[in-house]
Amino acid sequence: MKQYFKDTWDGIWTVLIGMKITFKHLFTPAVTIQYPDVKVKLPDRVRNRLYVNIDDCIGCDQCSRACPVSCIEIETVKGVPGEDLGTTSNGKKKALWVTKFNIDFAKCCYCQLCVFPCPTECIYMTDIYEFSEYDRNNFVYNFSALTKEEINQKKTNFEKFQAEKEAQKAAAAAKPKTDTPPAAPN
Amino acid sequence: MYQYFYNLLGNEIAATLITAAVPLVNVLLVALIGVYLERKVSAHMQDRLGPMRTGWHGVFQTVADFIKMLQKEDAVSTEIDKKLYNIAPVLVFTGTFAAYAAIPFSSQLIGSEAEVGIFYVVAISSLVVAGILMAGWSSNNKYSLLGAMRSAAQIVSYEIPTAIVILSMVMLTGTLSLDKFSQMQTAYFWNWNIFGGAELGLVKFLLIPFMVVGFIIVFISTLAEVNRTPFDIPEAESELVAGYFTEYCGMKWAMFMLSEYGNMFAVSAIVTILFFGGYQSPVGYVGDLVGADWMIPLEQGFWFLAKGWFFIFVQMWLRWTLPRLRVDQLMSLCWKYLIPYAFVNLIIIGFISLI
Ligand code: SF4
Ligand code: SF4
Repeated sequence: MKQYFKDTWDGIWTVLIGMKITFKHLFTPAVTIQYPDVKVKLPDRVRNRLYVNIDDCIGCDQCSRACPVSCIEIETVKGVPGEDLGTTSNGKKKALWVTKFNIDFAKCCYCQLCVFPCPTECIYMTDIYEFSEYDRNNFVYNFSALTKEEINQKKTNFEKFQAEKEAQKAAAAAKPKTDTPPAAPN
Repeated sequence: MYQYFYNLLGNEIAATLITAAVPLVNVLLVALIGVYLERKVSAHMQDRLGPMRTGWHGVFQTVADFIKMLQKEDAVSTEIDKKLYNIAPVLVFTGTFAAYAAIPFSSQLIGSEAEVGIFYVVAISSLVVAGILMAGWSSNNKYSLLGAMRSAAQIVSYEIPTAIVILSMVMLTGTLSLDKFSQMQTAYFWNWNIFGGAELGLVKFLLIPFMVVGFIIVFISTLAEVNRTPFDIPEAESELVAGYFTEYCGMKWAMFMLSEYGNMFAVSAIVTILFFGGYQSPVGYVGDLVGADWMIPLEQGFWFLAKGWFFIFVQMWLRWTLPRLRVDQLMSLCWKYLIPYAFVNLIIIGFISLI
């Protein structure tokens, strides 16, 4: 019987204690961060969307080879002699036209492995992490600065140059020994 | 109220409709504000913010949700008992709404001045059980059925302590009319039933502890009757999906929701009327002071709503404080604790009122 009354009292009393605690919490400031309006500060070495400073890129393809998921696609065309491709910001001479530099961020796992091998440090992580899309194809970012016409022009330039070189080679080869046939251009 | 509109308009139907519209508007507002308040209270008790983006601090969130609900497709599964399935939400809502007929919002705003007010409310709110059972059974879903069964067992059990406490109050006051209940506890808080009623004397002070016990019992058991946490085993989200209305969606689901919040206000109103003076002001009326009689009913309406909302807040407060009871704990609380206490309380109050 004594236990019965004690239980009753305990029941009511503990509920009141609980209510006191929740009432206190009613007035403690909320910990919610209202995300799109307020953003938390990102850590220093956070890994987000990549950016390629294409002016500095020498088209060496090292980043693409380092990528574990092969989401970087690079195509290059050699510059012809006499053409000025400019230099990178750390003074390297550029030798290749980067005609294609696509990163597919749908595949990218943000491992940052592509960043370290770059000799000119032109591929790096930014702090942009809000880039959702409705279409998966929109995740393929094109970093190449050249337009289609320019790319075509560079290609034909290089082919012309190549052809000329072949022709010269063929001519040079043909001079001393006229009986040997010129090597088939590949 | 009806009489007033009848005299004004001279048309029975119009008068009836207007009289019925007041509690309906109240139920809708309670649901609308109640859902918002529930979210805010729950959020702040957990140190969150709750809805913040629809209007200032999310005040239009429930409106937006309601519009969304109106547009929803009425998905109905094929294996259900169509008739019962469609009647159930209407019945549940009717049960809730009908209880409002006898609740006096102020001395002028009473739907029905029936002499058996409290008896009627207790009886008609049990209609909800029938609706809940129907919903659970006709859904042809194990969760719904379990929820409905639990709900029926719970409401039937908890009706007993409620009824006993109400009986003791009826013994004390000698009336069944909710309006008379309110009138007897005149306009100062020391005259409320929880403080022993309006008559000064030894009886008043003897009554106070037993009134408090009665209040606690009736509050707990009405909480259980409206299926609020910690007694929400019929809808127990983590066990039964949503309990008896698992299979419902769109407006039919909204009717269950409406009825839940309507019920919350109804039981708060009953508790207020029984123990906290009904529509009477705790501190006297401004209308009396300045001699403007017409102000008094408005003030009474305000105090009634304020008290009702206070108890709704307490219900929410409890919801976010206590975990859900197990079914056996629920039953032992009712049968082993509430009913004996209520019974002893009844006898003691009976003796005291004899003095
Ligand atoms: S971060 Fe990793 S996955 Fe993404 S492009 Fe660089 S190497 Fe590839
Ligand atoms: S490693 Fe750097 S320089 Fe080389 S291709 Fe990639 S981005 Fe360009």
